[in-house]
Amino acid sequence: MKKIMVLLLILVSIKGINAQTAEELINRVRMKLDKVNDYEAKGKMRTNVIFIKAPVANVKVYFKKPNKLRINNENGISFIPKGSVNINLNNIFFNSAAFTIIDGGKETGSGNRILKLLPEDEAAGVVLSTLYIDEKNAVIRKAKITTKESGTYELEMTYGRYISYGLADKFIFSFNTKEYKLPKGITFDYDDGTKKENSSDQLKNKKGRVELIYSEYKINKGVPDAVFG
Amino acid sequence: MLKLLRIELFKIFKRPRTYIAFGAIAAIVILIQVALKYDGKSYVDLLLNNLSDSFELSDEYKNKLLNGYLICFVILNTLLIQMPLLVALIAGDSIAGEANMGTLRLSMSRPVSRTQYMTVKFLASVIYTLALLVWMAMLALFGSMLIFGTNDMVVFRSDGIEQMRHFDVLWRYFAAFGYAAVALTTVAALAFLLSVFAENSIGPIIATMSIVIVFTILSEMNIPLYDNTIKPYLFTSHMVAWKGFFYVKADAMGTTINGSIENLPAILKSLSILFIYIIIFFGTAVCVFRKKDILT
Amino acid sequence: MGDVIKVSNLTKNFGKIKAVTELSFNVRQGQVYGFLGQNGAGKSTTMRMLLTLIRPDSGDIEIFGQNLNRHRKSILRNTGAIIEKPDLYKYLSGIENLRLFATMSGARVSEKKLMEQLEQVGLAERAHSKVKTYSQGMKQRLGIATALVHDPDLVILDEPTNGLDPQGIADIRKLILHLGREKNKTLLISSHLLSEVEQVADAMLIIDKGKKLVEGKVEDLFDPSETILELRIEEGLTGLEKIKNSSLDAMIQESRNNSIFLKVHQKDVKEILETVLKMDIGLISFNTKHSLEDYFLKLTSGYSYAETSSNRTF
Repeated sequence: MKKIMVLLLILVSIKGINAQTAEELINRVRMKLDKVNDYEAKGKMRTNVIFIKAPVANVKVYFKKPNKLRINNENGISFIPKGSVNINLNNIFFNSAAFTIIDGGKETGSGNRILKLLPEDEAAGVVLSTLYIDEKNAVIRKAKITTKESGTYELEMTYGRYISYGLADKFIFSFNTKEYKLPKGITFDYDDGTKKENSSDQLKNKKGRVELIYSEYKINKGVPDAVFG
Repeated sequence: MLKLLRIELFKIFKRPRTYIAFGAIAAIVILIQVALKYDGKSYVDLLLNNLSDSFELSDEYKNKLLNGYLICFVILNTLLIQMPLLVALIAGDSIAGEANMGTLRLSMSRPVSRTQYMTVKFLASVIYTLALLVWMAMLALFGSMLIFGTNDMVVFRSDGIEQMRHFDVLWRYFAAFGYAAVALTTVAALAFLLSVFAENSIGPIIATMSIVIVFTILSEMNIPLYDNTIKPYLFTSHMVAWKGFFYVKADAMGTTINGSIENLPAILKSLSILFIYIIIFFGTAVCVFRKKDILT
Repeated sequence: MGDVIKVSNLTKNFGKIKAVTELSFNVRQGQVYGFLGQNGAGKSTTMRMLLTLIRPDSGDIEIFGQNLNRHRKSILRNTGAIIEKPDLYKYLSGIENLRLFATMSGARVSEKKLMEQLEQVGLAERAHSKVKTYSQGMKQRLGIATALVHDPDLVILDEPTNGLDPQGIADIRKLILHLGREKNKTLLISSHLLSEVEQVADAMLIIDKGKKLVEGKVEDLFDPSETILELRIEEGLTGLEKIKNSSLDAMIQESRNNSIFLKVHQKDVKEILETVLKMDIGLISFNTKHSLEDYFLKLTSGYSYAETSSNRTF
């Protein structure tokens, strides 16, 4: 019995020394993100949706505290998925003033800390956010956000030069799409004989992906409200 | 030969009826442009209906979508179906009209060989067809580009969306107009052939339209029995292949490859089938006409 | 002077209808050649074959000493024609039509020449009006101008006076004589009226149902010994009886109603009339005509002298 007590004490003390509590970690992440009041970023966007063939788009992304975000394709057209506002990671915390944090321990392999955030506000659109946090750098590497109405979004971040601001160089944003079908009457289709690779199975897999690669951030240089329309 | 061609063109462009077609095209194009200028949003909403749940579709976005390139695509889709009538109006009149007026016997008692005469007549019909298309391009393409501006082009198909960069569009239109010229020349050749048999121009014009309509219906129907037996050989099945220039290739990531065409061989195959039709129609017309007794 | 047109054994059938059968005739250089026949006799078909509009079933056509099929272009370059009523491009003006056909004939004709041509047919003032505003006579004259615009040696005119008023007919006749006599052109002119052809033609051919009836020089065909003298007498048979009992009996060709037809020599007409008057047969009127006219009508239509001559007065 004594032995067990000692073992428990040792375990608790190790945790206390090497690891931080979930709250502390979230706070560190938030503080880092808080350093950014606004930014303007240039980047390239690739859309990968089964039924869309879209060219690579040059986009500008604008952010302003607390949660304004805009992706602009200034010399072209891009299908911007709903929920892409969540590439602003602040949004995760903005959705609800308070939430319950469940510590999910460490992810095997990457060693990222898994934290699940449950908003306490019943009316919140987000039901659950699962964050995979790099403890050392206090940045979110991966996030799964489950919403009431639009299904689950997934975010994957790769950090580089702007890691100190918690800003990623590369985002991969995955989202759900509805099945796409238009009546031939309005599309004036012509069958050019190309066999569609998307078999019905693939069409059911209605995951879309948007990849954003930023080349440059201008941080805290001020962004006029007008750009957010 | 050039002199004779000049005469034929002179005759065509001196006739009031010739300008009906130009007027009709202008009317349709302008009507569509006006409609889309003032009510384009509802058309775009119709196209985007399916996507509104998954994508941010602001009004600004819809305005960008409804640019000159998309407008021209809508116009071409609507108008190219009507064009055969306008082409038949002149090509069907080519020989039958002269027979009806009694000028055929005057022309054919001149030192002009019948083959030469037919070639010149057909060329004149083709030039008229090209003139119609150039006119249409001016109004539908350049007109729309002027009124609606340009941007990336998004083509909505029933099972997918083709998107291409704004700098990757214009050449596709030139290719499409070029293709449409061949497609309409096929109709001209058919009307021309029928024109040889008739003594007034109404007959060949109506006959041409009837054939085009029946064939188009057959081409559009999805009946397995016809899909591999009749459909591949109907010229109407191949007349719409110009749309293929607006279907792009994508890489493994689903990214549009600039300057690509989804199925160029299919377009080229359709093109050669149309050329074969033109040769058959025109060749038969010449053969029949060479042997024909001119009794009108 | 040689033959400009040489037609031998020309035959054309349209299905079961025999349009032209074994027709042969020659037109000599500088001749005005009349081509006579009722409507539907095969005149137009023959003329169309001469212009390569219709392909003969058999037979040969030589024009300017060359085979028509083999030298079509060079022959037609030197031939001008109108077939039936000349329909022109109604939406073009007179001078535009003329220019167009000149070009088709491979001729370069100056604007001045075109105007001269129009002047010749009396259309100079209307040169720039659209043909649809022309009267039938004006169209006819413009048609003839288009046939002559490239100055051809051979002119083929199908019923050139059809639909014209008397003044128009006289004008065309004058033009034909001018072309034939002064310009030394060879003309082939068809008509269904002998009276029209006999005044201008040097030689003529009469066809019926596609077959040749008579061909020859007009002076030979109009043999003076073949004159018909028609006598109209008062009611009753005594007049006819008196003539039958006289020396004139042998000359009687036919008698019907109150008319008696005698075949006489032209030079004897005066003498015969004097004899008749002396016989007191109640002569009301008399009338002479050449037997060819009646022959033509009789052969081509089956009419008798009486039916056709009743309204002719001398």
